Amino acid sequence: MNNKRKTKPGQLEKRENAVGYLFILPWLIGLVLLVLWPIVQSFQYSLNKIKLLPQGMAKLYVGFENYSQIFLTDPDFIMGLESYLLETLIAVPVIVAFSLIIAMLLNQKISCRGFFRMIFFLPIIIASGPVMQQLADQEAASIPMMNVTMIEQLLDEYLPHVLAESITSVFSNMITLLWYSGVQILIFLAALQKIDTSLYEAAKMDGGSKWECFWKITLPTIKPMILLNVVYTVIFMSNNEQNALIVLIYDTMLSATGGYGYASAMAWLYSIIESAIVIFFAVLIMGRKDVYERRAKKYQRELRKEKRLERKIRKRGERHERSYAKQKEKQQRKQSKKSA
Amino acid sequence: MLNPEGREQIKYKIKKLIFGSKDTEGAGKLAAVYLLLISIGFVYLYPVLYMISKSFMNLNDLLDTSINWIPSQLYLENYRQAFQSMDYWKTFRDSVVIAGIPTLINVVICAMVGYGFARYEFKGKKLCIGLLLFSFILPPQATMMPTYVFYTNIGLINSIKAFIVPALLGQGLKSQIFILIFYNFFRQIPKVLIEAAKIDGAGHFKIFRKIALPSAAPAILVVFLFSIVWYWNESYLTQLYVVGAFTSNADTYHWSSLIVSLKNFENSYNTARSVAGSGMVDINESIKMAGTMLSILPLLIMYLVLQKQFVESVDRTGITGE
Repeated sequence: MNNKRKTKPGQLEKRENAVGYLFILPWLIGLVLLVLWPIVQSFQYSLNKIKLLPQGMAKLYVGFENYSQIFLTDPDFIMGLESYLLETLIAVPVIVAFSLIIAMLLNQKISCRGFFRMIFFLPIIIASGPVMQQLADQEAASIPMMNVTMIEQLLDEYLPHVLAESITSVFSNMITLLWYSGVQILIFLAALQKIDTSLYEAAKMDGGSKWECFWKITLPTIKPMILLNVVYTVIFMSNNEQNALIVLIYDTMLSATGGYGYASAMAWLYSIIESAIVIFFAVLIMGRKDVYERRAKKYQRELRKEKRLERKIRKRGERHERSYAKQKEKQQRKQSKKSA
Repeated sequence: MLNPEGREQIKYKIKKLIFGSKDTEGAGKLAAVYLLLISIGFVYLYPVLYMISKSFMNLNDLLDTSINWIPSQLYLENYRQAFQSMDYWKTFRDSVVIAGIPTLINVVICAMVGYGFARYEFKGKKLCIGLLLFSFILPPQATMMPTYVFYTNIGLINSIKAFIVPALLGQGLKSQIFILIFYNFFRQIPKVLIEAAKIDGAGHFKIFRKIALPSAAPAILVVFLFSIVWYWNESYLTQLYVVGAFTSNADTYHWSSLIVSLKNFENSYNTARSVAGSGMVDINESIKMAGTMLSILPLLIMYLVLQKQFVESVDRTGITGE
């Protein structure tokens, strides 16, 4: 039998793992057909002027003209971008901090917990674009007792006008922002419940206050969740139908002057900026070391230092030993010469 | 009169009562927590309460400045007219189909893909998960136009097929999140269980169907609920792909959904009014609020019925697993 099948160790497992491809096959096809290929195509579109004719699309290659047109002659996009950036950078921390506070309040042992949870998760169900639009039209999206104009006047005195304006818009759309934090509360709450309670007990034994517990136990533990929530919030805010830029892209796509090519260029720019925001927040959060990471790093550095010192000492010792042995040899030789 | 020591003791006791000691919560602290929760809860509910109260007001109540919250009578005419102009039953049925069918597909496909990622260690798995996250971050607008052209070319546009096909290919609305939820969940299934089934002669798909899926009930519930809510509330893509951004041709079935008809509520109301003639009053806030209320009512009822499962299942799924 020269055709004997050879089986290497681990081959069965490998063959079995290949079944995994079968399971993810639909997703893979979808990824190529509906994500990767359209991205490439969309980039192609953005380099063309496209006119829709009855017999199909007429493309005209123009290079990067669409992009330069956005920056040089289109005031809508730039202005929308500016307000979008400011709004996102201000609203995201507000939403995340707020949802953390609510989650911590809900995580306590209180009666009617189920009832409160029901209220705070309600926005997940009903906070959709058109509903928010209707409520905003009725001015039901701002807290009625809050004097927004006074806040604006106060802020205007101390801050540059653009910044003051965006902070004021946070206040005047307070309920909208609160309503956007439903999923985030959910995520934080689930994360808080997973923290080992023995950590808190140990901290209490050592005399740690609740404040210290929050900064030294809760926050470091849920740090990955904070990142997750920030990313989710950025994506939610950016892909929301309330977002002026999204509406602009949609309108441009269907308008006579813009067309698919121009809208694709906008969409590309927009995705790049959105990814940049996500990366910015990710670096901001993951780049900051908390107490434990700092301490661990310090410890490791000291360990390395010690090792280096040890090696140095050992080397020096070896050198001394060698020279000592040489000297001894010399002496011995001398002695042997003398005796001879 | 008390001696100073006694006074100190009383002071201490009061302090303890308000601020609490290390082991017990103080009454003052608890009151502060409740106050915060109730006031924030009120702010949360304020738009809903406003909506309900406004939707029952008739024109006189709206104009009357002395009436703020409670309408003078239970006025149902707003609802009747909003109902009529939205063509409620048909729209409702369409909405259920538009949200329901892709959701069912989503649950099955995402469970499958999540299981594939969790259970098998194939080559390029890390790359695949990276691509999954990438497609999560990518805004749908970047791929919208080519996708729209693609759908038009293969004849998916202006029908529910435009939602079904992506869901079948694991690229439905926010499918990436659902795949990650299932991925986290299936990783928690003990390997021993699967190996035991394998020894008993079960194939790969049988293991998935008979062991993995039944144990994933909480994850399935979460995915089902979120998926149906997100599909229901999606107006942008629904309008573009299913309802038709341009006016659709008359010979095919014209889809509509409650959220999209709410988006165009004012227009459709005015059209309906011009058809109906004098039977309908001019549009006002109350009618708009009634329309809004009607469009979220099915979800509200679903939430009230399922809220316990909704809140608890999140704890049980590894929604926050790494």
